[in-house]
Amino acid sequence: MTAMPAVAITPQTFKSDVKPVWCPGCGDYTVLSAITKALAMLELAPENVAIVSGIGCSSRIPAYTTCYGFHGVHGRALPAATGLKVARPELTVIVAGGDGDGYSIGGNHFLHACRRNVDLTYIVMDNRVYGMTKGQPSPTTEPDWDSKLAPEGTGLREFHPLVIALASGANFIARTFSGDPNGTAKLIVQAIRNPGFSFIEVLSPCVTFRPEQRGWKQLVRPSPVEPTDDPARAARRLMTDDGFNLGVLYVGNRKPYQPAKAPSAKPADLEREFAL
Amino acid sequence: MKQAYAMELEAAERYADFADQMEIANNREVAQLFRKLAGIEGKHARQILAQMGWKRAPLGVQPLRWEGLEGVETGEHLELHYLMKPFHALSIALKNEERAARFFAHVARQDLPGAVRDAAAEMAGEEREHVRWVKQWIARVPQPGTDWDRDPDPPNVND
Repeated sequence: MTAMPAVAITPQTFKSDVKPVWCPGCGDYTVLSAITKALAMLELAPENVAIVSGIGCSSRIPAYTTCYGFHGVHGRALPAATGLKVARPELTVIVAGGDGDGYSIGGNHFLHACRRNVDLTYIVMDNRVYGMTKGQPSPTTEPDWDSKLAPEGTGLREFHPLVIALASGANFIARTFSGDPNGTAKLIVQAIRNPGFSFIEVLSPCVTFRPEQRGWKQLVRPSPVEPTDDPARAARRLMTDDGFNLGVLYVGNRKPYQPAKAPSAKPADLEREFAL
Repeated sequence: MKQAYAMELEAAERYADFADQMEIANNREVAQLFRKLAGIEGKHARQILAQMGWKRAPLGVQPLRWEGLEGVETGEHLELHYLMKPFHALSIALKNEERAARFFAHVARQDLPGAVRDAAAEMAGEEREHVRWVKQWIARVPQPGTDWDRDPDPPNVND
Protein backbone atom coordinates (compact mmCIF):
# COMPACT_ATOMS: atom_id res chain seq x y z
CA MET A 1 0.00 0.00 0.00
CA THR A 2 1.40 3.41 -0.88
CA ALA A 3 2.38 5.38 2.24
CA MET A 4 0.82 8.83 2.47
CA PRO A 5 3.36 11.65 2.88
CA ALA A 6 3.25 13.35 6.29
CA VAL A 7 4.63 16.73 5.20
CA ALA A 8 4.03 19.00 2.24
CA ILE A 9 5.69 17.68 -0.88
CA THR A 10 7.57 20.27 -2.93
CA PRO A 11 10.08 19.89 -5.77
CA GLN A 12 12.83 20.43 -3.20
CA THR A 13 11.69 17.19 -1.52
CA PHE A 14 13.05 15.27 -4.49
CA LYS A 15 16.41 17.05 -4.88
CA SER A 16 19.40 15.36 -3.30
CA ASP A 17 22.42 17.19 -1.86
CA VAL A 18 24.56 16.03 -4.77
CA LYS A 19 25.10 18.90 -7.23
CA PRO A 20 24.96 17.95 -10.91
CA VAL A 21 28.26 18.05 -12.77
CA TRP A 22 26.72 18.78 -16.16
CA CYS A 23 28.08 21.67 -18.21
CA PRO A 24 26.45 25.03 -17.45
CA GLY A 25 23.56 25.49 -19.85
CA CYS A 26 23.00 21.75 -20.36
CA GLY A 27 19.38 20.87 -21.11
CA ASP A 28 19.51 18.10 -18.52
CA TYR A 29 19.30 20.64 -15.68
CA THR A 30 15.80 21.58 -16.71
CA VAL A 31 14.79 17.95 -17.16
CA LEU A 32 15.91 17.26 -13.58
CA SER A 33 13.91 20.28 -12.45
CA ALA A 34 10.90 19.09 -14.46
CA ILE A 35 11.05 15.61 -12.93
CA THR A 36 11.13 17.00 -9.39
CA LYS A 37 8.24 19.36 -10.18
CA ALA A 38 6.24 16.54 -11.74
CA LEU A 39 6.74 14.26 -8.73
CA ALA A 40 5.68 17.11 -6.43
CA MET A 41 2.55 17.74 -8.53
CA LEU A 42 1.69 14.06 -8.24
CA GLU A 43 2.28 14.25 -4.46
CA LEU A 44 4.30 11.05 -4.51
CA ALA A 45 6.64 10.21 -1.65
CA PRO A 46 10.30 9.81 -2.69
CA GLU A 47 10.42 6.31 -1.23
CA ASN A 48 7.66 5.27 -3.62
CA VAL A 49 9.56 6.36 -6.73
CA ALA A 50 12.49 4.67 -8.45
CA ILE A 51 14.57 6.22 -11.21
CA VAL A 52 16.56 3.78 -13.32
CA SER A 53 19.21 4.89 -15.77
CA GLY A 54 21.99 3.63 -18.02
CA ILE A 55 25.20 5.41 -18.91
CA GLY A 56 25.75 8.92 -20.19
CA CYS A 57 25.43 12.48 -19.00
CA SER A 58 21.65 12.28 -18.61
CA SER A 59 21.91 8.92 -16.88
CA ARG A 60 23.46 10.62 -13.88
CA ILE A 61 20.01 11.82 -12.89
CA PRO A 62 19.19 9.19 -10.19
CA ALA A 63 21.96 10.50 -7.91
CA TYR A 64 20.55 14.01 -8.07
CA THR A 65 17.21 12.96 -6.61
CA THR A 66 16.12 11.60 -3.24
CA CYS A 67 14.14 8.79 -4.86
CA TYR A 68 15.39 5.25 -5.08
CA GLY A 69 17.79 5.06 -7.96
CA PHE A 70 19.65 2.52 -10.02
CA HIS A 71 22.48 3.69 -12.27
CA GLY A 72 22.91 0.62 -14.44
CA VAL A 73 25.10 -0.35 -17.35
CA HIS A 74 25.07 1.15 -20.81
CA GLY A 75 21.79 0.62 -22.61
CA ARG A 76 20.26 -1.68 -20.00
CA ALA A 77 18.06 0.67 -18.00
CA LEU A 78 14.82 -0.57 -19.53
CA PRO A 79 15.18 -4.28 -18.71
CA ALA A 80 16.26 -3.43 -15.16
CA ALA A 81 13.29 -1.09 -14.79
CA THR A 82 10.96 -3.69 -16.27
CA GLY A 83 12.06 -6.26 -13.70
CA LEU A 84 11.69 -3.73 -10.90
CA LYS A 85 8.19 -2.68 -11.90
CA VAL A 86 6.98 -6.25 -12.38
CA ALA A 87 8.33 -7.23 -8.95
CA ARG A 88 7.22 -4.01 -7.21
CA PRO A 89 4.14 -2.77 -9.05
CA GLU A 90 3.32 -0.28 -6.32
CA LEU A 91 6.42 1.78 -7.16
CA THR A 92 6.36 4.59 -9.71
CA VAL A 93 9.26 3.67 -11.97
CA ILE A 94 10.86 6.27 -14.21
CA VAL A 95 13.60 5.37 -16.68
CA ALA A 96 16.00 8.08 -17.80
CA GLY A 97 18.81 8.23 -20.31
CA GLY A 98 20.14 9.70 -23.48
CA ASP A 99 19.89 9.00 -27.18
CA GLY A 100 23.09 6.99 -27.32
CA ASP A 101 22.18 4.84 -24.32
CA GLY A 102 18.57 4.40 -25.38
CA TYR A 103 18.65 4.09 -29.13
CA SER A 104 22.03 2.54 -29.91
CA ILE A 105 23.20 -0.09 -27.42
CA GLY A 106 19.78 0.08 -25.76
CA GLY A 107 17.81 0.02 -29.00
CA ASN A 108 16.68 -3.56 -28.75
CA HIS A 109 15.43 -3.04 -25.21
CA PHE A 110 13.58 0.06 -26.38
CA LEU A 111 11.61 -1.94 -28.97
CA HIS A 112 10.59 -4.59 -26.50
CA ALA A 113 9.83 -2.23 -23.66
CA CYS A 114 7.34 -0.48 -25.97
CA ARG A 115 5.96 -3.87 -27.00
CA ARG A 116 5.64 -5.22 -23.45
CA ASN A 117 3.80 -2.08 -22.28
CA VAL A 118 4.81 -2.43 -18.64
CA ASP A 119 3.78 0.67 -16.68
CA LEU A 120 6.96 2.70 -16.97
CA THR A 121 7.76 6.26 -17.96
CA TYR A 122 10.83 6.51 -20.20
CA ILE A 123 12.40 9.95 -20.55
CA VAL A 124 15.10 10.25 -23.19
CA MET A 125 17.18 13.41 -23.22
CA ASP A 126 18.06 13.60 -26.88
CA ASN A 127 20.99 15.83 -27.81
CA ARG A 128 21.90 13.95 -30.99
CA VAL A 129 25.43 13.23 -29.80
CA TYR A 130 27.42 11.04 -27.42
CA GLY A 131 28.23 13.88 -25.02
CA MET A 132 29.98 12.08 -22.18
CA THR A 133 32.55 10.58 -24.53
CA LYS A 134 33.19 13.97 -26.17
CA GLY A 135 31.15 14.28 -29.28
CA GLN A 136 30.66 11.16 -31.39
CA PRO A 137 27.58 10.91 -33.59
CA SER A 138 24.65 9.04 -32.10
CA PRO A 139 21.70 7.30 -33.79
CA THR A 140 19.75 10.57 -33.90
CA THR A 141 22.63 12.68 -35.29
CA GLU A 142 21.87 14.24 -38.64
CA PRO A 143 23.69 12.50 -41.52
CA ASP A 144 25.44 15.69 -42.58
CA TRP A 145 26.67 16.82 -39.14
CA ASP A 146 30.31 17.60 -39.84
CA SER A 147 32.64 17.12 -36.89
CA LYS A 148 36.25 16.19 -36.28
CA LEU A 149 35.14 12.73 -35.21
CA ALA A 150 32.90 12.23 -38.27
CA PRO A 151 34.22 14.47 -41.07
CA GLU A 152 31.46 15.43 -43.55
CA GLY A 153 28.96 13.54 -41.41
CA THR A 154 28.09 9.88 -41.11
CA GLY A 155 25.91 9.82 -44.21
CA LEU A 156 23.52 7.55 -42.30
CA ARG A 157 19.80 8.20 -42.03
CA GLU A 158 18.99 9.13 -38.45
CA PHE A 159 16.89 7.02 -36.10
CA HIS A 160 13.32 8.25 -35.56
CA PRO A 161 12.40 7.31 -31.99
CA LEU A 162 8.77 8.40 -32.08
CA VAL A 163 8.16 6.29 -35.20
CA ILE A 164 9.79 3.26 -33.57
CA ALA A 165 7.89 3.79 -30.30
CA LEU A 166 4.58 3.96 -32.15
CA ALA A 167 5.30 0.94 -34.31
CA SER A 168 6.45 -1.08 -31.30
CA GLY A 169 3.38 -0.41 -29.19
CA ALA A 170 4.18 2.37 -26.71
CA ASN A 171 1.00 3.56 -25.01
CA PHE A 172 1.90 7.25 -24.67
CA ILE A 173 4.26 9.13 -26.97
CA ALA A 174 5.29 12.75 -26.59
CA ARG A 175 8.04 15.19 -27.37
CA THR A 176 9.10 18.23 -25.37
CA PHE A 177 11.99 20.70 -25.17
CA SER A 178 14.26 21.28 -22.19
CA GLY A 179 13.85 25.04 -22.70
CA ASP A 180 10.29 24.62 -21.38
CA PRO A 181 10.74 23.13 -17.88
CA ASN A 182 7.19 23.74 -16.68
CA GLY A 183 5.67 22.35 -19.88
CA THR A 184 7.98 19.35 -19.58
CA ALA A 185 6.90 18.84 -15.96
CA LYS A 186 3.23 18.79 -16.98
CA LEU A 187 3.98 16.28 -19.73
CA ILE A 188 5.83 14.03 -17.28
CA VAL A 189 2.79 14.14 -14.97
CA GLN A 190 0.58 13.07 -17.88
CA ALA A 191 2.97 10.32 -18.86
CA ILE A 192 3.20 8.90 -15.32
CA ARG A 193 -0.58 9.00 -14.94
CA ASN A 194 -1.10 7.21 -18.26
CA PRO A 195 -1.04 3.46 -17.68
CA GLY A 196 1.40 1.41 -19.70
CA PHE A 197 4.67 2.34 -21.35
CA SER A 198 4.97 6.12 -21.70
CA PHE A 199 7.74 7.54 -23.83
CA ILE A 200 8.85 11.16 -23.77
CA GLU A 201 11.57 12.45 -26.06
CA VAL A 202 13.11 15.62 -24.62
CA LEU A 203 15.09 17.76 -27.02
CA SER A 204 17.91 18.63 -24.61
CA PRO A 205 20.78 20.62 -26.15
CA CYS A 206 24.40 19.67 -25.59
CA VAL A 207 25.92 23.14 -25.27
CA THR A 208 29.49 21.81 -25.30
CA PHE A 209 29.67 19.45 -28.28
CA ARG A 210 26.67 20.75 -30.22
CA PRO A 211 26.51 24.47 -29.31
CA GLU A 212 24.40 25.11 -32.42
CA GLN A 213 21.56 23.36 -30.58
CA ARG A 214 21.05 26.55 -28.58
CA GLY A 215 19.16 27.56 -31.73
CA TRP A 216 16.54 24.86 -31.09
CA LYS A 217 14.52 27.35 -29.10
CA GLN A 218 13.80 29.16 -32.38
CA LEU A 219 12.79 25.91 -34.12
CA VAL A 220 10.50 24.19 -31.64
CA ARG A 221 6.76 24.82 -31.82
CA PRO A 222 3.60 23.38 -30.26
CA SER A 223 2.21 20.58 -32.37
CA PRO A 224 -0.49 21.94 -34.68
CA VAL A 225 -2.72 18.92 -33.99
CA GLU A 226 -4.30 17.38 -30.91
CA PRO A 227 -3.12 13.99 -29.56
CA THR A 228 -4.73 10.96 -31.12
CA ASP A 229 -5.54 7.45 -29.95
CA ASP A 230 -5.49 6.16 -33.52
CA PRO A 231 -2.08 4.65 -34.34
CA ALA A 232 -2.66 5.07 -38.07
CA ARG A 233 -3.40 8.77 -37.69
CA ALA A 234 -0.35 9.17 -35.44
CA ALA A 235 1.77 7.41 -38.05
CA ARG A 236 0.56 9.76 -40.80
CA ARG A 237 1.45 12.76 -38.61
CA LEU A 238 4.94 11.44 -38.12
CA MET A 239 5.43 11.29 -41.88
CA THR A 240 5.53 15.10 -41.91
CA ASP A 241 7.23 15.55 -38.55
CA ASP A 242 10.47 17.54 -38.72
CA GLY A 243 11.49 16.63 -35.17
CA PHE A 244 10.49 19.95 -33.60
CA ASN A 245 6.77 19.55 -33.01
CA LEU A 246 6.16 19.48 -29.26
CA GLY A 247 3.35 17.93 -27.31
CA VAL A 248 1.59 14.63 -26.98
CA LEU A 249 1.41 12.70 -30.24
CA TYR A 250 -0.35 9.52 -29.20
CA VAL A 251 -2.31 8.23 -26.19
CA GLY A 252 -3.21 4.59 -26.55
CA ASN A 253 -5.51 2.38 -24.56
CA ARG A 254 -3.63 -0.92 -24.38
CA LYS A 255 -3.87 -2.62 -21.02
CA PRO A 256 -0.47 -2.47 -19.29
CA TYR A 257 1.33 -5.74 -18.80
CA GLN A 258 1.60 -6.75 -15.15
CA PRO A 259 1.84 -10.45 -14.33
CA ALA A 260 -0.19 -11.78 -11.44
CA LYS A 261 1.77 -11.75 -8.21
CA ALA A 262 3.21 -15.20 -7.57
CA PRO A 263 2.23 -16.80 -4.26
CA SER A 264 4.95 -16.57 -1.64
CA ALA A 265 7.28 -19.53 -1.46
CA LYS A 266 10.02 -20.56 0.91
CA PRO A 267 13.51 -21.03 -0.57
CA ALA A 268 13.24 -24.76 0.12
CA ASP A 269 10.05 -24.93 -2.01
CA LEU A 270 11.81 -23.11 -4.86
CA GLU A 271 14.79 -25.46 -4.63
CA ARG A 272 12.49 -28.47 -4.94
CA GLU A 273 11.00 -27.04 -8.14
CA PHE A 274 14.45 -26.76 -9.68
CA ALA A 275 15.64 -30.19 -8.60
CA LEU A 276 16.65 -32.44 -11.52
CA MET B 1 0.08 39.31 -6.32
CA LYS B 2 0.24 35.50 -6.08
CA GLN B 3 1.58 35.58 -9.62
CA ALA B 4 4.12 38.26 -8.68
CA TYR B 5 5.23 36.14 -5.71
CA ALA B 6 5.54 33.02 -7.88
CA MET B 7 7.57 34.98 -10.43
CA GLU B 8 10.04 36.30 -7.86
CA LEU B 9 10.37 32.88 -6.23
CA GLU B 10 11.02 31.13 -9.53
CA ALA B 11 13.56 33.80 -10.47
CA ALA B 12 15.34 33.32 -7.12
CA GLU B 13 15.42 29.54 -7.53
CA ARG B 14 16.71 29.79 -11.08
CA TYR B 15 19.53 32.19 -10.15
CA ALA B 16 20.48 29.84 -7.29
CA ASP B 17 20.57 26.99 -9.81
CA PHE B 18 22.77 29.08 -12.11
CA ALA B 19 25.10 29.81 -9.17
CA ASP B 20 25.42 26.07 -8.48
CA GLN B 21 26.21 25.40 -12.14
CA MET B 22 28.89 28.07 -12.20
CA GLU B 23 30.47 26.76 -9.00
CA ILE B 24 30.76 23.30 -10.52
CA ALA B 25 32.37 24.91 -13.59
CA ASN B 26 34.81 26.75 -11.26
CA ASN B 27 33.61 30.13 -12.51
CA ARG B 28 33.44 31.51 -8.98
CA GLU B 29 33.09 35.19 -9.85
CA VAL B 30 29.92 34.60 -11.85
CA ALA B 31 28.70 32.04 -9.30
CA GLN B 32 28.88 34.69 -6.57
CA LEU B 33 27.07 37.16 -8.80
CA PHE B 34 24.23 34.72 -9.46
CA ARG B 35 24.09 33.93 -5.74
CA LYS B 36 23.66 37.65 -5.06
CA LEU B 37 20.91 37.92 -7.68
CA ALA B 38 19.17 34.92 -6.09
CA GLY B 39 19.28 36.69 -2.75
CA ILE B 40 17.82 39.88 -4.23
CA GLU B 41 14.94 38.04 -5.91
CA GLY B 42 14.30 36.08 -2.74
CA LYS B 43 14.10 39.36 -0.84
CA HIS B 44 11.55 40.67 -3.37
CA ALA B 45 9.47 37.53 -2.81
CA ARG B 46 9.57 38.03 0.97
CA GLN B 47 8.61 41.69 0.54
CA ILE B 48 5.48 40.61 -1.33
CA LEU B 49 4.61 38.18 1.49
CA ALA B 50 5.00 40.98 4.05
CA GLN B 51 3.10 43.50 1.94
CA MET B 52 0.18 41.11 1.51
CA GLY B 53 0.25 39.99 5.15
CA TRP B 54 0.44 36.34 4.09
CA LYS B 55 1.55 34.07 6.92
CA ARG B 56 2.27 31.23 4.52
CA ALA B 57 3.56 31.32 0.98
CA PRO B 58 0.87 30.58 -1.61
CA LEU B 59 1.54 27.13 -3.02
CA GLY B 60 0.87 25.63 -6.39
CA VAL B 61 0.93 28.90 -8.37
CA GLN B 62 2.83 28.50 -11.62
CA PRO B 63 4.37 31.69 -13.00
CA LEU B 64 2.87 32.74 -16.32
CA ARG B 65 4.89 32.36 -19.50
CA TRP B 66 5.63 35.65 -21.20
CA GLU B 67 7.59 36.31 -24.40
CA GLY B 68 8.97 32.78 -24.39
CA LEU B 69 8.75 29.45 -22.64
CA GLU B 70 10.01 30.56 -19.23
CA GLY B 71 8.49 32.60 -16.44
CA VAL B 72 8.35 36.37 -16.77
CA GLU B 73 11.48 37.01 -14.73
CA THR B 74 13.19 33.64 -15.12
CA GLY B 75 16.51 33.24 -16.91
CA GLU B 76 16.98 30.54 -19.52
CA HIS B 77 19.48 27.75 -18.89
CA LEU B 78 20.63 27.92 -22.51
CA GLU B 79 22.12 31.37 -21.92
CA LEU B 80 24.79 30.01 -19.60
CA HIS B 81 28.36 29.36 -20.71
CA TYR B 82 31.07 27.95 -18.45
CA LEU B 83 33.38 30.86 -19.39
CA MET B 84 30.78 33.60 -19.13
CA LYS B 85 31.74 36.90 -17.50
CA PRO B 86 29.85 39.03 -14.97
CA PHE B 87 28.76 41.25 -17.87
CA HIS B 88 26.93 38.28 -19.42
CA ALA B 89 25.29 37.33 -16.12
CA LEU B 90 24.06 40.88 -15.60
CA SER B 91 22.83 41.02 -19.19
CA ILE B 92 20.63 38.01 -18.38
CA ALA B 93 19.35 39.81 -15.27
CA LEU B 94 18.68 42.99 -17.30
CA LYS B 95 16.63 41.05 -19.87
CA ASN B 96 14.62 39.42 -17.09
CA GLU B 97 13.86 42.72 -15.33
CA GLU B 98 12.92 44.46 -18.60
CA ARG B 99 10.60 41.58 -19.46
CA ALA B 100 8.99 41.79 -16.03
CA ALA B 101 8.47 45.54 -16.40
CA ARG B 102 6.84 45.02 -19.82
CA PHE B 103 4.62 42.26 -18.42
CA PHE B 104 3.24 44.28 -15.52
CA ALA B 105 2.79 47.35 -17.73
CA HIS B 106 0.81 45.12 -20.11
CA VAL B 107 -1.37 43.81 -17.25
CA ALA B 108 -1.95 47.38 -15.99
CA ARG B 109 -3.41 48.27 -19.41
CA GLN B 110 -5.89 45.37 -19.52
CA ASP B 111 -9.59 45.50 -18.77
CA LEU B 112 -9.29 44.12 -15.22
CA PRO B 113 -10.56 45.15 -11.78
CA GLY B 114 -9.07 48.44 -10.60
CA ALA B 115 -7.21 46.89 -7.66
CA VAL B 116 -5.44 44.44 -10.02
CA ARG B 117 -4.49 47.22 -12.45
CA ASP B 118 -3.18 49.34 -9.58
CA ALA B 119 -1.10 46.47 -8.20
CA ALA B 120 0.27 45.74 -11.68
CA ALA B 121 1.16 49.40 -12.21
CA GLU B 122 2.98 49.43 -8.88
CA MET B 123 4.88 46.26 -9.78
CA ALA B 124 5.76 47.73 -13.20
CA GLY B 125 7.24 50.76 -11.45
CA GLU B 126 9.29 48.55 -9.15
CA GLU B 127 10.57 46.46 -12.03
CA ARG B 128 11.61 49.61 -13.89
CA GLU B 129 13.59 50.58 -10.79
CA HIS B 130 15.25 47.14 -10.89
CA VAL B 131 16.13 47.74 -14.55
CA ARG B 132 17.83 50.97 -13.53
CA TRP B 133 19.84 49.25 -10.80
CA VAL B 134 21.02 46.47 -13.10
CA LYS B 135 22.08 48.98 -15.77
CA GLN B 136 24.13 50.83 -13.16
CA TRP B 137 25.68 47.52 -12.11
CA ILE B 138 26.51 46.58 -15.71
CA ALA B 139 28.24 49.93 -16.17
CA ARG B 140 30.62 49.03 -13.34
CA VAL B 141 31.79 45.64 -14.69
CA PRO B 142 34.33 45.22 -17.49
CA GLN B 143 33.03 44.59 -20.98
CA PRO B 144 34.22 41.16 -22.14
CA GLY B 145 36.63 41.03 -25.07
CA THR B 146 35.83 39.25 -28.33
CA ASP B 147 37.76 36.17 -27.20
CA TRP B 148 36.01 35.78 -23.85
CA ASP B 149 34.98 32.22 -24.73
CA ARG B 150 38.38 31.09 -25.96
CA ASP B 151 39.43 28.01 -24.01
CA PRO B 152 43.14 27.13 -24.34
CA ASP B 153 42.22 23.59 -23.29
CA PRO B 154 38.86 22.96 -24.96
CA PRO B 155 36.67 19.98 -24.01
CA ASN B 156 37.03 18.24 -27.37
CA VAL B 157 40.32 16.34 -27.09
CA ASN B 158 40.32 15.63 -30.80
CA ASP B 159 41.19 19.20 -31.80
